[in-house]
Amino acid sequence: MLEIHLLLIFMIAAAIIAVRVKDLLSSVVAVGAAGLGLSLSFLVLKAPDLAITQLVVEILCLVILIRATIKKDLPFSASGRWFFNTLITLCFLAIFLGAAYFSLKSLPQFGNAVMRVSGIYVENGMIQTGSPNIISAIILDYRGYDTLGEVTVLFTAAIGVLAIVRKIGRKRET
Amino acid sequence: MTAYLLCLVLFSIGLYCILRKRNLIKIIIGIGIVEYAVNLFFILVGYRTGGRSPIFARDQVITNMVDPLPQALVLTSIVIGLAVTALLVAIAIRIYEKYGTFDITKINKLKG
Amino acid sequence: MRHSKEAGMTLIVKTVTRLTVGLILLYGIYIIFNGHLSPGGGFAGGVIMALSFINIMLAFGKEAALKKFNLSSAQLLASAGALIFLLLAMIGFIDGHFFSNFFFKNKLPFDLLSEGNIPIYEVAISLIVGGGLFAIFVALVIEHKADKHSD
Repeated sequence: MLEIHLLLIFMIAAAIIAVRVKDLLSSVVAVGAAGLGLSLSFLVLKAPDLAITQLVVEILCLVILIRATIKKDLPFSASGRWFFNTLITLCFLAIFLGAAYFSLKSLPQFGNAVMRVSGIYVENGMIQTGSPNIISAIILDYRGYDTLGEVTVLFTAAIGVLAIVRKIGRKRET
Repeated sequence: MTAYLLCLVLFSIGLYCILRKRNLIKIIIGIGIVEYAVNLFFILVGYRTGGRSPIFARDQVITNMVDPLPQALVLTSIVIGLAVTALLVAIAIRIYEKYGTFDITKINKLKG
Repeated sequence: MRHSKEAGMTLIVKTVTRLTVGLILLYGIYIIFNGHLSPGGGFAGGVIMALSFINIMLAFGKEAALKKFNLSSAQLLASAGALIFLLLAMIGFIDGHFFSNFFFKNKLPFDLLSEGNIPIYEVAISLIVGGGLFAIFVALVIEHKADKHSD
């Protein structure tokens, strides 16, 4: 699967640019490019639902990030003991990747999914629920309780944002 | 196998950004990159070579489909990631109004 | 730069927005109602509907968008969607169905109104997602001009 590897290398390059650039607007645009690469990866991996959702959610996330923080850019310099801290972090990440390599060997090979539960969903999905889209059948019929939890999380986030940035009831310090 | 490893390299780039940056907005960007890597890893595990997307058509007999269960879970996870990012940006705006800076080494007035 | 006193962006952006924002809203409604036949569903459709209102707000300024759809009606729509979702699930409890389908199939599959429970769930989810995300966006970008000197 050559396209997957190419898209992954593109996403890694965009992520490295987003981490290293000092200007905030450029790094937000680079994260947007990584999100676009992710949406194309979902399309190549035969998941069109996810590609549509990831694209529009990426647009909304970019608009929120740019619109809320664009006037508040500030430059600063690195402090002392910078070299030692970076070395410790890179050693930790190298150990993490090494351990991950040994544990990824026990996963099934890329391309042979073990569909033990999903086989039942695919066989009886259209007959039991009547919807040709298996993903809609799963998230609204077989696993409808998880959708209720997701709606609760979204609602709580909306209430939290409206409570944090309100003006009424804030203590005035004189 | 190399696809899994590249996905974990993306995850570790985001982790490096969370651990080592001093600007609050860069930390939020790092959390976003970690979310992308985790969602991609789920879909990579559930892929079947030569499969087809899990949607039935009107007059076709389809035998080989990719795994629909991780796709349903990741659909929920993408929208939850957006909600978490919006909440983080709201907290960052409030911190900027109170302290005047995004530098995390200067936000240390936590009174117990 | 030429900054005039009127709110919003330049003339090109305003003209293009006036032509296309209704089509974006219509596309979002199409994705919601065909959620059980083709890729899409309630989440993507709800986000697209919120994006069309955010497009008006970015191109014409805050007051023009808030006149069409202000904050309290967005909260009302989100709460109404959540209540419809819960009510429909609770009605299923009477007969023993835990969050599953109980309007049984009386039409052919592949039709637009084929399965009774799933399109209603999609519409409820789209109301929650669209209303909630628009309320978040309005709350985040209304500038606190009076609070810049206090705190």
